[in-house]
Amino acid sequence: MSAAVDSSFQTPAPAGRDLLVLDHVKVEYVSSLGAVTAIPDLSLTIRAGESYGLVGESGCGKSTLLMAILGYLGPTGRIANGRIVFDGMDVTKADAAALARIRGRGVSIVYQDPNAALNPTLTIGRQLAEVPMLHEGLDGASARARARRILTDVHLPDPDAVMDRYPHQLSGGQKQRVVIAMALLANPKLLLLDEPTTGLDVTVEAAVLDLVNELREKYGTTLLYISHNLGVIAKVCDRVGVMYLGDLVEEAPVEELFARPRHPYTRRLLACVPRLDSDKHTTTFLPIPGQPPSLGSRPRGCSFGPRCAGFEPQRCGMAPIAEEETDPGHAVRCVRWRELDQFESRDKEHVAPASPSAEKVLEAIDLSKVYELGNAFFGFSSARQLVANEDLSFDANKGEILAIVGESGSGKSTFARILAGLQDASGGKLRVLGEDLSRMPASRRTMEQLAAVQMVFQNPDATLNPSHTAGFSIGRALRKFGIARSRKEIDSRVRDLFAMVRLSPHLARQRPGRLSGGQKQRVAIARAFAGDPKMLVADEPVSALDVSVQAAIVNLLLQIQARRGATIVFISHDLALVRHLADRVVVMYLGRVMEMGPVASIFAPPYHPYTEALLAAVPVPDPTVKQKHLRLEGEPPSPINVPAGCRFAARCPRKVGAICDNTPPPERDAGGGHMIACHIPIEELKAVTPIFSADPGQVS
Amino acid sequence: MGRFIFKRAASLVLTLFAASFLVFAVTEFSPSNVARKTLGPFALQSQVDILYQKLGLHDPLAVRYSRWLGVLLGLKADPLQDPALGLQFKDPRGDKYFGNFGYSTLYKAPVNDVIWGRLKATAALAGIAFALIVPLSLVLGVLAGMREGSGLDRTISIFGIVATSVPEFASGVFLVALFVVGLGWLPGTSPLDAGSGWPIWTQMVLPVAVLVLYDSGYVVRMVRGSMAEVMNKPYIRTAILKGLPMREVVVRHAVRNAMIAPFTVILLQINFLISGVVVTEMVFAYPGFGRMILDASLFGDIALIEAATLIALTIAILTQLVSDVGYAFLNPQIRLA
Repeated sequence: MSAAVDSSFQTPAPAGRDLLVLDHVKVEYVSSLGAVTAIPDLSLTIRAGESYGLVGESGCGKSTLLMAILGYLGPTGRIANGRIVFDGMDVTKADAAALARIRGRGVSIVYQDPNAALNPTLTIGRQLAEVPMLHEGLDGASARARARRILTDVHLPDPDAVMDRYPHQLSGGQKQRVVIAMALLANPKLLLLDEPTTGLDVTVEAAVLDLVNELREKYGTTLLYISHNLGVIAKVCDRVGVMYLGDLVEEAPVEELFARPRHPYTRRLLACVPRLDSDKHTTTFLPIPGQPPSLGSRPRGCSFGPRCAGFEPQRCGMAPIAEEETDPGHAVRCVRWRELDQFESRDKEHVAPASPSAEKVLEAIDLSKVYELGNAFFGFSSARQLVANEDLSFDANKGEILAIVGESGSGKSTFARILAGLQDASGGKLRVLGEDLSRMPASRRTMEQLAAVQMVFQNPDATLNPSHTAGFSIGRALRKFGIARSRKEIDSRVRDLFAMVRLSPHLARQRPGRLSGGQKQRVAIARAFAGDPKMLVADEPVSALDVSVQAAIVNLLLQIQARRGATIVFISHDLALVRHLADRVVVMYLGRVMEMGPVASIFAPPYHPYTEALLAAVPVPDPTVKQKHLRLEGEPPSPINVPAGCRFAARCPRKVGAICDNTPPPERDAGGGHMIACHIPIEELKAVTPIFSADPGQVS
Repeated sequence: MGRFIFKRAASLVLTLFAASFLVFAVTEFSPSNVARKTLGPFALQSQVDILYQKLGLHDPLAVRYSRWLGVLLGLKADPLQDPALGLQFKDPRGDKYFGNFGYSTLYKAPVNDVIWGRLKATAALAGIAFALIVPLSLVLGVLAGMREGSGLDRTISIFGIVATSVPEFASGVFLVALFVVGLGWLPGTSPLDAGSGWPIWTQMVLPVAVLVLYDSGYVVRMVRGSMAEVMNKPYIRTAILKGLPMREVVVRHAVRNAMIAPFTVILLQINFLISGVVVTEMVFAYPGFGRMILDASLFGDIALIEAATLIALTIAILTQLVSDVGYAFLNPQIRLA
């Protein structure tokens, strides 16, 4: 495989002819207010057999581009200029019948959200079989046989049963496999993938990416893969294009792009991505200042100009930037690419992280939360139990960042809800600053207790009341906690808090609808810090944000924490991010702690087998890093009626034997506060090779 | 399933109890009294008082309600049929049987003789109207919602709004002016009496037309809204980008999903058509159920009102049951949860 990758960029296009050519394409959306340009002038060529990745943050026009290729821009979109030639045929001039022939058979697409992409009222079998019936005129029986075969190809267990199911009866990962199967059914020449793994758990994501790679080799399909996740792109693509505000600002073979980014935007983007080989003590994210302008107010000249540290009005701000080839196959749209090092540096503003003290502020002792399911009214047995948390025992010190990681269903959010008083525990103790809050709902907590523990949630859109201004939400928290009473006092405190989260004070008068996602999350953080909390519970606070925004928020959190000395309980599924900012890590699976310890010890052997699998699944934004291949079978099981022994036994690749199923694993001490709950002795766990090894000389 | 049916049946009986008691209680507040109404305006006050006494109308509400309930269940004889009263109210079925709704003081006949004929007449009207409303509004709604904002959509939407907002008496009078007075094709009243010289079916045409116009305007808009929403769903995009022609996208992928939300509303129309079409029945002098309820209420004919309430409620609860089962059938996420 490595040979193919190398040759495709050393000597252009030996692998195949041009399959898709975009030639000066301009896409506009027309409304009653006039036309807005989504893509001003984009040229791109994809050769048969290659895997091309398009990266960019939300709103950069990636999805618009895919829809333009499929000739499906909706009633308001139109291709105003240029040609899109697929396999010798101009899509922009195709009529409905010709488009129908291209769609599905020539180009097919895998969508971001598999839950929404499948029709909820038709069985999987029917939705699959109609593709070959339509494109190849097969009769029902042979179409079903074909569908069955392709379901086997995407490794869905028991394809016959899957064919008879409805989408809601499958898990997210299974649905995405079905969508991929559907896209491949008519054997398309080009497969478009629109963020196909966003929203899936990391182990499921890794399996889906493996599948994409495997199917590509089997069918020889050309891929156009769009994602905001550089790690995913590094895993599946040969060539990468970086988009910003509808422009293709840089294009290069994958190793080249990650090793020598030539555009300031690409550089910044890479500097915002958390890496597994660095942390908050060694590296500070370098966020991109400002926000992307709206499509209506596109700057003159370089579209990235207003946010670029090296912007020179005379050179950058006059005319559209032409593409320059810096190396063979590596093109960039920046007039200053030779001078990048003069104005771009990695560590401009170093954020000094807080150093934890020895004072214990949070202590969970055998904390459990069990939901009784079943219909109690009719006296049927309540034998069904959902164990969300079981015997959680860990603690956090003052000024520490304790990360809780795990996939969906691991119970990390349940813990956060108990801590915040949104839910009662059903057993055990949870001491916060010495007081047991495990069965103390928020409504019964004192003002001090409420102010001491504050939360920041994943989705800032849903947290802020859309009918109140940002300043009002914060002011109310100030009033409630009795920190400020008079109008003047409140206003000045709100101004201080806004300054703390680096928001301009006039935004305090805006309603959330007018703020961007990052701004909203800053407001949410300001609100959480209004009562000067001792502890901040952050439940996936940045996972809905673009990577550059995420970097800025993480820097901000670290700064505020260093200044205020608050403890942060950081709940996340993103291991790279956890590696960056956590002091200590708790790994959870199906409600139980599998492993915990200082952050460095979690990311090096000895590993718990589950942690090992998680790490092997992380998409690493560096194609030179070698990652051990290790995949879990299936998906996290339901937390209802869990097994008696180790929770992870059913999927564990290193299962010892029946003891794993029947006996809860012992908590083994690996030294230095590092605990692993596993039947395998520490010595044996220590003997594994590390998951990651940097090997710049060759490609895996 | 058995448990589901049992639960539903139990809740039906409970609802019927509660509703019949409420109706009983509310009629308390109607001005005149049953004795007076029964004997007519020319009876002497002393006669009225005697009847009042004999019927036990001074008893507390609960006692009278349980007496009525006893008659209904066939446990007690109907007091109005007591020959000692001299009213000559006679029920050929006897005075003590299960399902005895009592004696209608308005029509001077057993309720069971009055009510079923009326219900049949209305059911015919409602049935024909429903059979036209459903396909018409589904087709129009789907056509309109298929391409939101198209010329066809606007035309159908405007038709829907106009049809719903013109009251039944206005469209009734308008149709009468056109087809009866102007063209002379149809009869102006519908007493369902062949002796009038018009065949029965010609008498049905105008009332049905008024109902269809009025009600389908509403249902069309519901279906259109749901269809337009479904057409914007990602799975419709999936279907289009599979290369399916528009016709197949609509028929195979959109229509069934678009039916889920309006299904309940469509079935609710049955209730409206059975007991809510008073105006149409009045305009065309149609001997229907709704008009009978109105007359009975104005007269204070408690036995008839109670019977009509129970029947209307039973129909409402049964359609709700059908709508729940049908909803589950349409929506596999409910059926196979």
